[in-house]
Amino acid sequence: MAMMPHADPAGPGTVIPEAPPAVSAAGQIQAKPRSMFRRGWEVFAENKLALAGLGFVIFVVLFCFVGPHIYSTPQATVQTQDYLCHPSGAHLLGCDELGYDIVGRLMVGGQNDIEVGLAAAFIACLFGSIYGAVSGFIGGTVDAFMMRIVDAILSIPFVFVLVVLARLFHPGTVELIGLIAVTYWPAPARLVRGETLTLRTREYVAAVKVAGGRNSRAVLRHVMPNAVGTIIVQATFAVADSIVILSSLGFLGFGIQLPSTDWGSMLSSGLNFIQQGGYWWLIYPAGLLIIATVVSFNFIGDALRDAFETRLQRR
Amino acid sequence: MAPLLEVNDLRTQIKLREGVVHAVDGVSFQLEPGETLGIVGESGCGKTMTALSIMNLLPTGGHIAGGSIKLNGQDLTSLSDEQMRNIRGNEIGMIFQDPLTSLNPTMTVGRQIAEAVSLHRDVSKEQAMDRAVEVLDLVGIPRVRERIKEYPHQFSGGMRQRVMIAMALACEPKLLIADEPTTALDVTIQKQILELIDDLRRRLGMAVILVTHDLGVIAGRADRVAVMYAGKISETTDTETLFERPRHPYTEALFQALPDKAAEAGERLYSIPGLPPDLVNPPTGCRFAARCRYAADRCREEEPQLLGEVAGHEFRCFYPVGPTERNEAGRLTAYNEAPTEAPIAGPGIGDVLLEVKHLVKDYPVTKGAVLQRRVGLLSAVADVNFAIRSGETFGLVGESGCGKSTIGKLVVGLEKPSGGSIDFEGKDLGKSTAREYRRERRNIQLMFQDSYASLDPRMRAGTLLREPLVIQHIGSKKAQLKRVDEMLDRVGLPRSAADRYPHEFSGGQRQRLGFARALMLQPELIVADEPVSALDVSIQAQVLNMMKSLQREFGLTYLFISHDLGVVRYLSDKIGVMYLGKLVEVGPAEEVYLRPAHPYTKGLLDSAPVADPETEKAKVSEGVRGELPSAIHPPSGCRFRTRCPLAQAICAEVEPPMRRFPGEGHLAACHFPLQTPVGDAVAPASSALPD
Repeated sequence: MAMMPHADPAGPGTVIPEAPPAVSAAGQIQAKPRSMFRRGWEVFAENKLALAGLGFVIFVVLFCFVGPHIYSTPQATVQTQDYLCHPSGAHLLGCDELGYDIVGRLMVGGQNDIEVGLAAAFIACLFGSIYGAVSGFIGGTVDAFMMRIVDAILSIPFVFVLVVLARLFHPGTVELIGLIAVTYWPAPARLVRGETLTLRTREYVAAVKVAGGRNSRAVLRHVMPNAVGTIIVQATFAVADSIVILSSLGFLGFGIQLPSTDWGSMLSSGLNFIQQGGYWWLIYPAGLLIIATVVSFNFIGDALRDAFETRLQRR
Repeated sequence: MAPLLEVNDLRTQIKLREGVVHAVDGVSFQLEPGETLGIVGESGCGKTMTALSIMNLLPTGGHIAGGSIKLNGQDLTSLSDEQMRNIRGNEIGMIFQDPLTSLNPTMTVGRQIAEAVSLHRDVSKEQAMDRAVEVLDLVGIPRVRERIKEYPHQFSGGMRQRVMIAMALACEPKLLIADEPTTALDVTIQKQILELIDDLRRRLGMAVILVTHDLGVIAGRADRVAVMYAGKISETTDTETLFERPRHPYTEALFQALPDKAAEAGERLYSIPGLPPDLVNPPTGCRFAARCRYAADRCREEEPQLLGEVAGHEFRCFYPVGPTERNEAGRLTAYNEAPTEAPIAGPGIGDVLLEVKHLVKDYPVTKGAVLQRRVGLLSAVADVNFAIRSGETFGLVGESGCGKSTIGKLVVGLEKPSGGSIDFEGKDLGKSTAREYRRERRNIQLMFQDSYASLDPRMRAGTLLREPLVIQHIGSKKAQLKRVDEMLDRVGLPRSAADRYPHEFSGGQRQRLGFARALMLQPELIVADEPVSALDVSIQAQVLNMMKSLQREFGLTYLFISHDLGVVRYLSDKIGVMYLGKLVEVGPAEEVYLRPAHPYTKGLLDSAPVADPETEKAKVSEGVRGELPSAIHPPSGCRFRTRCPLAQAICAEVEPPMRRFPGEGHLAACHFPLQTPVGDAVAPASSALPD
């Protein structure tokens, strides 16, 4: 039977008494107000997975950027004497087929993954958000035209494009950032455009008009601040996605070129030896790092979404 | 006879992250076969949770923590999910508030009901469909055989609710639980649906639990009433006794907060101070003590039991109200302290402030996503004329879709009229330049219905209140902040509220905030669009009283838009009744209310439930039949003729002109009015103005 719980003034959602605890029965408002940031953090901190994710991301960043100063290994030249050596006191996770120390290799690869991930996500979200916001504000024919461009880009299989482009020139870090950003920006563009369209019709935007305010005020003071949460959350997911894209490229052999590397490239070259058996340290550390980093960013994104939802902030 | 349903000491809890909500806390009642029990209370009092507990349909985190629910002697709380499924829809039917979300939009109406039947009965597809036709016919759906093949969106709101009732009745349940069945519907449709439920109860011998916040709905339909407050039943007895001699102070206060009665007596509304208690940590002692005007020390320490002096009338109070207890005079001083109000006086008061002439608003109806072809015109407002004098309140009433909110938007400038003019202080607003227009915004402000949606969630209350001043470049920052503080004082909010975000306020407080923002620019006219329709009775009274007193203080003029006749009557000096884009009657509030000239006004008044069992049961008129026709193809001649009991051939041919009726400025557009007209047809432009 179609007996669904429903929206009702006295329904499940409103069992919580109408008065927020900060407002007592007498209508007196107690306690010092906390800042928006503080309250957002409280909601974020309630999500234990996100805290774990945040901890892991901090760990990975320290590992990749501070690690080489503590655990220093030669990463510029091939060390043939260490060819595929097993984990030992000298090489904690052994070495690869070129004699590079795996732990040191993971740090170098991680630097590239994080740099590309953050930069590509930043560029894609910045451009995508502006594009989407403009499209949503102007609306009408302009909006229809701009969004058809987005549809067209989204309809191209990105791996195919990246493979072709990566073939044409040997990409360095900067080129990869550009490539990933170019393929990724339509996602935030669509999202922000949708958000702008709904925010534009909100009553508080109408309230600005009733007070005689201009459109620019409505957009800058009301639409934008309310869309920022969406954009930041999207950016967090974009970092994770960019790392996945870079890893896929690396795995296909179009990642960061030697003597540098990235985690996907490490996986790819390690696979050549996995059939011979026994060389687990060539793929598992890199693979697990990719998974753990991506999952951590996704957890953070989830919790940020809640943190930006004002209604979830401590009532 | 053994009771059909016996609820004993029911306790339902809901786990939330801030703690456990004791949503239902020791509720007991009985229901005989064929009886209607009304459960009434404000939002959050646990009435819906009680209903959902019986059905075992509690939301996530909710569970029954104690007590028993016996249906025909069988304890429902001990049943397995499988056994409960067998009871649900079979022995107990339930109707929800919103019929659109309760129906599956991808299934035809007939199949949905047939599905409900085949879940519980061992029948063939054809037999199930036959049963669907039968029950749909029972609930008064016309042309059932054709309509069972239609989808829910092809039905109107009232018809959808009928379908929901049909579905609930498909397996002939012994008990029907109706949870706010008519809250989302217009009064005219509400009356039809309530009558249908009543009629079906009698014919099928069902017991009904009617859950509602509306005392008027309870008055005419329930045999017995249970008043709930903060998860407990505070008073229960038969309907007549409850309305005549309420014993619990909360029940008494609820009645005094109803605008109908106050309007009749010309009194100020009694508003229950404060807010219902937090059910995570309920207060010790009587739960109503903090808001009760008679509370003594004992009430705050010890919890009163549900006891009665007479059999069948129980209440939870140490110091019950009523003729036998405490001295009458002492009680009433707390309530009638408002002095008799002298009429507002001042310069310019009484002059015409706003005049709406031949106002027309059409919306194009388009088809297609990219190339939007225009396929028709929706006539939202059609040639409306009225005038509002400075210092008065003009109430605009009508069913949803009649164009009253559109008029509000046109007046505040959120929409541009398709024709006609809106004159403010004699100047046509449509002719002003952009710069003038922005300045004129100062004089006309809007108070929104949904204060939650109209306050930017990312701004603190202080910033929100200041914003209109910033936009209009009024005063220095210091002066602006001072004005924010003053305004918070005026609307009864503490100054510390300025640092708070909108979601930290309760519904009533947010509405005060919305009102404060509308007042910031010191406007002359405030358009209030359903400002109290989302609020509970007690909170509604607080907001209405505030609006009334600030009107006097600032010499404000209101255009008050509402579907609630009681509220409009309480606040308004003049009333305009709208139907399908047309103003059908306008006149002094009491005149229109007591001696309506237009059959629609009369029908609307008869449909509105009154919180008085005698009046309700004595009603013979059937209100307004049928449903609102489409505004894309409005009926020719008089737009009301399709639902009018008095309609004749001329009504379809000639549009009735506005004619004068007894009472200053009382006009109505009808060929066969209920009062004798005193004048001939008047030219519409001046129609709203007395000579």
